[in-house]
Amino acid sequence: MANVTSTAAEPERLQLLRVLGPAHIWALGVGIVLVGEYMGWNFSVGKGGMIAGLVACWVAGLLYTCVAMIDSEVTSTVAAAGGQYAQAKHIVGPLMAFNVGLFLVMAYTMLEAANAITVGFLLDTVAGMQGHSGLNQQPFIILAIMFLAWLNYRGVLATLTFNLVITAIAFLAIITLFISVQFGASNVPLDFSAVTTDPLPYGWVGIVAALHFGLWYYLGIEGTCQAAEEVRSPARSLPYGTMAGIMTLLIAATMTWYVCSGLVPWEYLGQAGTPLFDAARVTGSTGLMILLFVGTTFATLASANGCINDASRAWFSMGRDRYLPSWFGAVHPVYRTPYRAIVFLVPIALIFALGAPLDQVVTFSILSGLLGYTFMTFNMVMFRNKWPLDTIKRGYVHPFHPLPTIVLLILCSTAYFAVFLGYGTQLSAMMCFYIVASLWFHFRRYQFVRRGDQFTMPWPKPVGY
Amino acid sequence: MDTWNILEYVAWALSAMFGVLMLIDLIRIDTTYDNELLISSREGEIEATAERHEI
Repeated sequence: MANVTSTAAEPERLQLLRVLGPAHIWALGVGIVLVGEYMGWNFSVGKGGMIAGLVACWVAGLLYTCVAMIDSEVTSTVAAAGGQYAQAKHIVGPLMAFNVGLFLVMAYTMLEAANAITVGFLLDTVAGMQGHSGLNQQPFIILAIMFLAWLNYRGVLATLTFNLVITAIAFLAIITLFISVQFGASNVPLDFSAVTTDPLPYGWVGIVAALHFGLWYYLGIEGTCQAAEEVRSPARSLPYGTMAGIMTLLIAATMTWYVCSGLVPWEYLGQAGTPLFDAARVTGSTGLMILLFVGTTFATLASANGCINDASRAWFSMGRDRYLPSWFGAVHPVYRTPYRAIVFLVPIALIFALGAPLDQVVTFSILSGLLGYTFMTFNMVMFRNKWPLDTIKRGYVHPFHPLPTIVLLILCSTAYFAVFLGYGTQLSAMMCFYIVASLWFHFRRYQFVRRGDQFTMPWPKPVGY
Repeated sequence: MDTWNILEYVAWALSAMFGVLMLIDLIRIDTTYDNELLISSREGEIEATAERHEI
């Protein structure tokens, strides 16, 4: 049995394998998110027109740049599986940590389900184009989840190397489409006349409403820190991979808006299921069409793959700390993966993928993500107050503190309002769920938590304690 | 029966195969190894030795 930690004083222990580098971190973060460029973001154009779509793209980009900067600093210091859950445990407290763990698991499992639904939809579209109507999507949805869960079960290096390859291909597909259109490969010229003739069809409130779907461009980039216990040099690799990831996404998002808005009329673009694939179809180039279909499929699979990785790490960490039954905190003795957490989350993803509509699943994922970003704001303030820069070493120190925190909080508030405009009932239901879960944790579960063992970072006492 | 119908059956079969592979391995591991060893992972163990967080 290789790599088992054991000393004369302590019994042998199984740990997750430290085998990842910065490229895997990039692949994990961008892989989860890039599917948002291939679908979903375009509903922002439907909510408020082309200008609103672009504003949502850049405002959400600013929000996520703040998320990436804040997360990079904290996670380069709290380098543990569970990511923001481990941060909350050390900086805020157990109840916050339990909630953040749930936000992570819900956001990633819902996103995984949404991706599986999309795989079924894509194959149905292709079957329809070949004259086969009424494809049964269920076996393909189940296969996507089962295959990726099996890959995750077998080892993190193979899983994220697979993600690196398919994410790079999906990103290059967007760049190829952009360059091809610029060099006249399209039968239809780029047309931005609606920017001047119909700039804001629903007024300024359209921009606010568009923000909800603008988040889709970048949702999940914070997932990079879930690999903290499996990366060789967390203090260096995590900030490097995360910041490279958000820069990649800002470029991809702007190119996507430009090409799609120029080729597809905004009234259609606002409702399209696969906007980049549709833009490729408009060019009339078979090569581009095939490339963007492959890109769409790869982006979807990469996202589901990263989501399984991240949700299982968060669930595993909570089990390891007894926030959930300790059975979930097991590590596979050969593959060194949180195998019980991976298997347990498979039926949950299947239930949502087979039994819930796509927009509801996506909205629940976005809401859980938003709650997590809101936590990051006061977590960052508490982190700097309790452990100022001169007390502990950080792998990355983000500039202009507390400006990114304030900007993030303002943008989160605006995004809540935007979600409330379209999905007020779901927002309320989600809040009720987390309140009930918190009550269960406080009154029933916390008695099983090993209180002294959960604070593991070798930090000095916080200022004021 | 066209290609897509065959692909549907292939997808069902592969799904079942991956599911069974995971379940068999999970049961095999759980019955072979002591549970205390399987849940022995501790957060921050490597962190404590590799990175001291000191200025």
